[in-house]
Amino acid sequence: MTALLSVQGLRVEIAARHRVLTAIDDVSFDIAEGEILGVVGESGAGKSVTGTAVLGLLERPAYQAGGRIIFAGRRIDTLDEDAMRTLRSRQIAAVFQDPLTSLDPLMTIGDQLVETMQTHLDLARAAALARAEQLLAEVGIPAPRERLQSYPHEMSGGMRQRVVLALAFCCEPRLIIADEPTTALDVSIQAQILDLLRRMCRERGTAVMLVTHDMGVIAEASDRVAVMYAGRLVEIGPTRDLIAAAAHPYTRGLMASIPDMHRRAAELTQIPGSMPRPDAPVPGCAFHPRCPQALARCATDRPAMLPQGASQVACWLVDAASRSAA
Amino acid sequence: MSFVLARLGQTVLVLLVAAFVSFSLFRYVGDPVNNMVGQSASLADREAMRTALGLDDAFVVQFTRFVGNALAGDFGISYRFGQPVATLIGERFPATLELALISMLIATGLGVPLGVWTALHRDHWLSQMLLAASLIGVALPTFLIGIALILFFSVWLGWLPSFGRGEVVRLGWWSTGLLSASGLRALVLPSVTLGVFQLALIMRLARAEMLEVMRTDFIRFARARGLRPRAIQYRHALRNTLVPVVTMIGLQFGNVFAFSIIVETVFQWPGLGLLVIQAIQFADVPLLAAYLVLIALCFAVINLAVDLAYVAIDPRVRAGGGVRRAT
Repeated sequence: MTALLSVQGLRVEIAARHRVLTAIDDVSFDIAEGEILGVVGESGAGKSVTGTAVLGLLERPAYQAGGRIIFAGRRIDTLDEDAMRTLRSRQIAAVFQDPLTSLDPLMTIGDQLVETMQTHLDLARAAALARAEQLLAEVGIPAPRERLQSYPHEMSGGMRQRVVLALAFCCEPRLIIADEPTTALDVSIQAQILDLLRRMCRERGTAVMLVTHDMGVIAEASDRVAVMYAGRLVEIGPTRDLIAAAAHPYTRGLMASIPDMHRRAAELTQIPGSMPRPDAPVPGCAFHPRCPQALARCATDRPAMLPQGASQVACWLVDAASRSAA
Repeated sequence: MSFVLARLGQTVLVLLVAAFVSFSLFRYVGDPVNNMVGQSASLADREAMRTALGLDDAFVVQFTRFVGNALAGDFGISYRFGQPVATLIGERFPATLELALISMLIATGLGVPLGVWTALHRDHWLSQMLLAASLIGVALPTFLIGIALILFFSVWLGWLPSFGRGEVVRLGWWSTGLLSASGLRALVLPSVTLGVFQLALIMRLARAEMLEVMRTDFIRFARARGLRPRAIQYRHALRNTLVPVVTMIGLQFGNVFAFSIIVETVFQWPGLGLLVIQAIQFADVPLLAAYLVLIALCFAVINLAVDLAYVAIDPRVRAGGGVRRAT
């Protein structure tokens, strides 16, 4: 299994007025061909920024300050804007959070699809239109031929997110960065959209970086999970393992906060305190002020990623456990 | 289509209200009969005069007659010039309309592209300079610009005439300065003077709107779709910028037309502004009333055109709702 996307030691900084804030601090992970990697974390943990960096769409004052992004064996973070542009849609596509604002309100659905395809594929307008109709049918939009003439405001939020999915898939990309694709939707529609995304990816072998703060979405859709906290990766591993036996105290806290039909509501736990902001970084492990099991060294030394079964964890507890076992 | 009809209906209503206000002017400037008959006239004579002029009739009847006559192009006789008001305005109207049109053409033709360019090249030194210049353009009083231009181009350089319309060509009742060299030369200074403020305003608005649109999600998504920068900037961003800019241009065109008085005075431009200044000084009510109706008509026509432009630009208006911004 070779990695389709390999992010190595990614560091993103934000130039503030008097100093530089660190948004992403030494984050590394791989996504295999056809794999769905869930990226979870609280708001501000750096999930979206990581996705934006992979797309090469970081905007001032944010910039990549270190690390490498390798896609299909080729380093892409050093490409110039035009070379990067030709990768988008064709190799790496995006789905954003809010379908109500993702589409140009003054252009028909059909034109937006045709425009995207004609930018990247060698297609005549008629062929592109036929393909657009077929895609709309595939994402479950009724009367696709008529819908090509529709404007975004004539559709509901769920329908628009289906259109956004059609746009993401229209050039058959190998990787989709889905940034909170269901967060802005009604709960009943969320499951449909998630299901559609997963089905289309499985059929085509498309890999996904699924950014979300919703552990339910992760449990439902992803093969592996990466947990982010305060701009760092704290744990990454197979979804099943993380849900059953998370190693990092933060991940365990996250898992305990998933509502479960079989547990009583009173047992729903929450992690006390809040995540440190980038303008007030915490030395050592960023989670130690909130960690119920923090050791003395957690406050001073930053833990490295250590293997733990099929997962990797950045936690001194894991280090201590493996030492005592040895 | 029903949209257009509804707007036409509104336009008629607005014009009726304007006519009502104009007509009411007559009633608050004193009794015209006093001015028309001598001091020695008997009460009976006055009554006879009043009946002959129709001033005995109920207000509604008089107003209906005023509107009926106005529809036939008859606004009565000017007190001061002793000529039909319609003729007087007909002579002056082309001069003002041409001046307003040319200055708005200059302002729009330069303002929109400059606004877009400065928004797309925010850090370019030229962009900063244009922005500073536009601030001066907004701040300088029009008459000062006019006088400065006259001093420079007419007095010192002697390139362009400083007053009048030059040679005009008659096309039916319309007299145009656009078809003769001297007419065109005479247009330059006044239309630039009138256009400078509008140019600065349109440029600043186009820039601000463009910057706002470039920050929206759909532009970010368009970038994520890998569209070419030109397609993003012009096909997506510029079109979304146009709705508020078109509104502004429409409103400003009305203002330029109605309030070109200062520029017409500075350049002795034989347009409506100059005529109206004289009419105000002499309390020439019929002329003023007709002018008010005409200005209302112009505003109504411009607004109708702006509304139709919305329909062409924004599909959300076609659905019947108002213009909602997608932000």
